[in-house]
Amino acid sequence: MIQDRKGQHMKKRILKIGALLLSAVVTLTAFMPMTAYATDTDYSYTYNYDYWGDVQDTPDLYTVCRVFTSSDLGLEVGMKNPAGLYVYGDLVYICDSGNNRIIEAKRTATESLEVVRIIDSFKGNVDVTTFNNPTDIAISEEGNFFIADQGNARVLKLDKDFNYLMQFDKPVDNTLDPALEFLPNKIVIDPAERVYCIASGINKGLIKYENDGVFSGFVGATPVSYDWMDYIWKKFSTQEQRALLASFVPTEYDNIYIDHEGFIYAVTSAISEDDLREDKGNPVRKLNLMGNDILVRNGNYTIIGDLYFGAGGGYEGPSMFSDITVMENDIYVCLDRNRGRLFGYDDQGNLVFAFGGNGNMDGYFRRPVAIEHMGHDLMVLDTLDSAITLFITTEFGELIYDAIEQFDDGNYEQSGASWERVKQLDGNYDLAYIGIGRALLRQERYKEAMEYFELKYDDENYSKAFKQYRKEWVEENIGIIVAVILAVFLIPMIIGKIKSIKREIDTADIFK
Amino acid sequence: MIAALKRKETYQKYWKSLKFGFYCMTHPLDGFWDLTHEKRGTYAAANTILIATLMIRVLKLKYTSFVVVAPVYWEDINIFMILASVLFPLALWVVGNWALTTLFDGKGRLGQVYMATCYGMLPYPVIMIPLTIISNFVTTDEAEFYTTLSALALAYAALLIVAAMGQIHEYSLAKNILFTIASLFAMLVMIFLLMLFFSMISQGVAYFVSLVKELLFRI
Repeated sequence: MIQDRKGQHMKKRILKIGALLLSAVVTLTAFMPMTAYATDTDYSYTYNYDYWGDVQDTPDLYTVCRVFTSSDLGLEVGMKNPAGLYVYGDLVYICDSGNNRIIEAKRTATESLEVVRIIDSFKGNVDVTTFNNPTDIAISEEGNFFIADQGNARVLKLDKDFNYLMQFDKPVDNTLDPALEFLPNKIVIDPAERVYCIASGINKGLIKYENDGVFSGFVGATPVSYDWMDYIWKKFSTQEQRALLASFVPTEYDNIYIDHEGFIYAVTSAISEDDLREDKGNPVRKLNLMGNDILVRNGNYTIIGDLYFGAGGGYEGPSMFSDITVMENDIYVCLDRNRGRLFGYDDQGNLVFAFGGNGNMDGYFRRPVAIEHMGHDLMVLDTLDSAITLFITTEFGELIYDAIEQFDDGNYEQSGASWERVKQLDGNYDLAYIGIGRALLRQERYKEAMEYFELKYDDENYSKAFKQYRKEWVEENIGIIVAVILAVFLIPMIIGKIKSIKREIDTADIFK
Repeated sequence: MIAALKRKETYQKYWKSLKFGFYCMTHPLDGFWDLTHEKRGTYAAANTILIATLMIRVLKLKYTSFVVVAPVYWEDINIFMILASVLFPLALWVVGNWALTTLFDGKGRLGQVYMATCYGMLPYPVIMIPLTIISNFVTTDEAEFYTTLSALALAYAALLIVAAMGQIHEYSLAKNILFTIASLFAMLVMIFLLMLFFSMISQGVAYFVSLVKELLFRI
């Protein structure tokens, strides 16, 4: 086991040395002919988009604390295709799907994760008391476990000692093909222990079960819409052509998360590049009880991850979100399995950070499938590497979170001061200017707030500040305004009157 | 020429003809008839209106509030392109309209078409100059006024130009509309010919350039 761990470390070290050597060679060759080449270090790990959509490098908000591989966790049998991750207090649950087991680990210190127990079976009066390809796990407030046992076509409900309580089977619904195999993939539990489930091959939305196990309908399906051009085109095409056309079906969700307020965040990657460019399909959605999308999209750009999806350097195609997690300060982090990146957005839909990439180094991913947060820390599960990457916030990241949380708590002056610090650390961070402006706005310092909003072209907030400023100005100068308006009307009238009197005098008969 | 500039009457005439533009704005049919038939318009005033239009086209980029229109990315701005966006269509319109109407009993001469078109553009600076200033005192809720009024300025100017053409050519309404559409079509034809011309020229030049290069390589 120790051997194994060493081996892993060696591997990483060899990679690091290799990277160092490579960069040394590149810099040497770069210096010799006195021309500069673009190296890896030319752009930073973390970035953001400014108002114009240009990439702006920012200091890191997150840094890799540690990467936990199977050997780091001390597992005798290495993880195989792990698919699900769940954080409950300081406990971390990993669905080791390939080995049909669930690993419970405890975070004992900032950078240590210790395996508590390995669950591969449960007690209870059912035929099969083992798991078959468990893909997701969730824990209710009462401490009951819900496990998507995909291979056994069921969602299990177990108590905290892993005794069988009940199971949720394939929904009984006329619209479902009876031959369709039920493959529960991802689950979330709401505070009343209702189960929302994504199953492969079912695109009618999330499957919703009441807490007594009764299927109560689908929620959150995208309304299918197509324009009249498509309709006419379809009218004139043959059967074969029609089959080849893109079919108008609702999108299937890839993953879900239920936030601390009980709203479900869902992500989907089944949106075409054209639709993403034209801001049509929304890859990230926040569903209310009715299943309507209520995600706030007030940012300068749409919530699609990377804005540019050019190919090159190991990247191709748009961001495809495989998971999402929502922190207590309403910042949600989307995990991009295609470009290996993490995108954090605030409650207004502004991009807070973007970092990561495809690769083998720490902080880069090969196929990330699940993300969870523990406080402000982030954990990402990579299924190909069978490893968990633990990110912790840097001073810069902590400052930004402080500023956002202080604002939410109503401490506007403190929030303004925190944003001011952020601005000092990174003058290209647009949200800092808007944050200072919003803090000033709350402190009724409208003129200063306007200046900050104007710098970053935030027209909505600028208008709010300007409206108040204008009101104040009018109230202060009402005397002058009335005087000016009166003057505008009275002076021409008086002049006209004087002229007419003069004319009368000039043309009067008595002076002739 | 210099002597004319020294006379006071020249300036009085210029000022009167410029003020006459406002009369044309409010009384298009009567105004544009008098513009040429009573010689109440001057080229100086027409040029002034054109320059004012060009000025506001450029200045509104800088002085319109970012609340009502998207801010300008200055790196992408080419001032000559902005000037050309007015001057090029104007030149095409004037030439196209004159070339057509002169064949079909149009009474206006080339200069008169130019003058009347410039007078017709007057609503644009008249509305846009105050609107640009006012845009700095509005919020996003009131931004709609800006959009509506600036669209109105363009529509007003377009209507005036059409009315002006009818008056200077002494056309009936139906004939005027027909020739407005025909003039627009003539503009398209001219654009096509110009593109053809320039692409032919550039190909021809490229041919001789490559010929010389080839020769230089051989020598």
